[in-house]
Amino acid sequence: MLIELKDVCYTYGDGTVYEVKALDHINLGISEGEFIGLIGHTGSGKSTLIQHLDGLIKPTSGEVLFEGKNIWSEGYDLRSLRTHVGLVFQYPENQLFETDVITDVMFGPKNEGLTPAECEARAAAALRQVGIPEELYKVSPFDLSGGQKRRVAVAGVLAMDPEVLILDEPTAGLDPAGRDELLNQIRHLRDKRGITVVLVSHSMEDVALYANRLIVMDEAKIAFDGPPRKVFARYRELEKMGLAAPEITYIMHALRSRGLRVDTGAITVEEAKRSILMALSNRNSMKDGPL
Amino acid sequence: MGEITLGQYYPTNSILHRLDPRVKFLGTLVYVVSLFLVRGPFGYAFCGAVLLVLIFLSKVPFLYVLRSLKPILFIMIITMAFNVFLTPGTILWRWGFLKITEEGIRMAVKMGIRLVFLVTGSSIMTLTTTPNSLTDGMESLFGFLRIFHVPVHEIAMMMSIALRFIPILTEETDKIRKAQIARGADFETGGFIKRMRAMIPLLVPLFVSAFRRANDLAMAMEARCYHGGSGRTRMKPLRYERRDVVAYAAMAAFLAICIVFSVTGL
Repeated sequence: MLIELKDVCYTYGDGTVYEVKALDHINLGISEGEFIGLIGHTGSGKSTLIQHLDGLIKPTSGEVLFEGKNIWSEGYDLRSLRTHVGLVFQYPENQLFETDVITDVMFGPKNEGLTPAECEARAAAALRQVGIPEELYKVSPFDLSGGQKRRVAVAGVLAMDPEVLILDEPTAGLDPAGRDELLNQIRHLRDKRGITVVLVSHSMEDVALYANRLIVMDEAKIAFDGPPRKVFARYRELEKMGLAAPEITYIMHALRSRGLRVDTGAITVEEAKRSILMALSNRNSMKDGPL
Repeated sequence: MGEITLGQYYPTNSILHRLDPRVKFLGTLVYVVSLFLVRGPFGYAFCGAVLLVLIFLSKVPFLYVLRSLKPILFIMIITMAFNVFLTPGTILWRWGFLKITEEGIRMAVKMGIRLVFLVTGSSIMTLTTTPNSLTDGMESLFGFLRIFHVPVHEIAMMMSIALRFIPILTEETDKIRKAQIARGADFETGGFIKRMRAMIPLLVPLFVSAFRRANDLAMAMEARCYHGGSGRTRMKPLRYERRDVVAYAAMAAFLAICIVFSVTGL
């Protein structure tokens, strides 16, 4: 188990009038190489949860373990943890500050204490991974387009070469092309380098397409945890939490109720297409058959 | 940052919360003036008693009110020390150039009490009034300055925007700080210069975002045809209720009593 949360609770504004319980006895294990989709309506505790994974928030009670060691135990090097676990915040472009793109991406590696040459190599590699062309390396990050800024900011975290990459709604505010590009790059990274990914998203389509495990948060607790197909099969319950299944699943249910024998468990357009084509060819062959 | 109670609204529903902000503002003013009017022990005891009644009426927990004293503790100790050691008069104790005088002690106690009452008194106003309604009240109270071409409305609007932005920017600072810590930034160790340099990754994005927000807000206000104070009407105009009149009467009585204490020196 790479990361483990044991009975973690977190309360904002503990002991004041504004007390809010954000995490309520969370138990969770994350293994190497998983691609986890984390969903839940606004205020369900997703952002708080992922900040625990990176040691940015100390749990009010409970333990956070990384590679079996409690990260809040005496003498634990939190800064080295953060080079293993990379966290991309929501709207990460708001954290850019350097005079040019490459120096900004070098910030993380520099903090690790690498030599300038190593930093630059890491930064260039990270920028290539997110598809920023070399002409832009010396441009001010504030002169880039929104989508480019976002990718530079993601590169800033990738440059630290993390084993776990956590992204908090990385596609919010991106256009569909930018969204697909970013998510495909992340999937590519996972397949190529075997990193673990935690993707927080409001898009059921995105998590259905990319994640192999889905965690649903509701009112500071984990409501469901399992393969996307199984979780989305309980879409009625998800709806009660202000969530839903992917659109395509609803279409499949509608088709089924009209008598087409399709697989209602389909959660991606690709799966749905295959299932519909199969159902249609079955029906046609039945019609053409004896009679 | 969340430590400072001054300017921190305590949400509950008490008679003081419901009072018109103008009443509370003037009341605070009257209270502060009275603190400098009264001279004798009975006068201070009276002011203290009134303060306790007000705290009780506000329904804000007593300890919560006292928290507002924390930031001025340091100033208070220094003021009292200065008074104890530097007031000329009958010498009670001396060591080298340091001397304690009877007048000094008396002065120090007086200053201490005044400061405590002053800060607690004004905290009651800020604890029971949202910053926005407070600026509304001030805008209306200082409205007469318009005759002298003081842009009262604009100043009040700037104040409420500034107040509104404080929590937003605090939250933003926290977010950027965490984002940079996640990238290995270190804000805690090192000498002064190193720490100052470490602030750059925090301050640059914070300023950029503050300017962006200011621009967005200006645009949104223009889009809604905001053009300053002239001819502007309010959705919820301030109107005096019965309780406000009663409060004014109580205030006048309080001031009168304090004047009596002041004249008699009790």
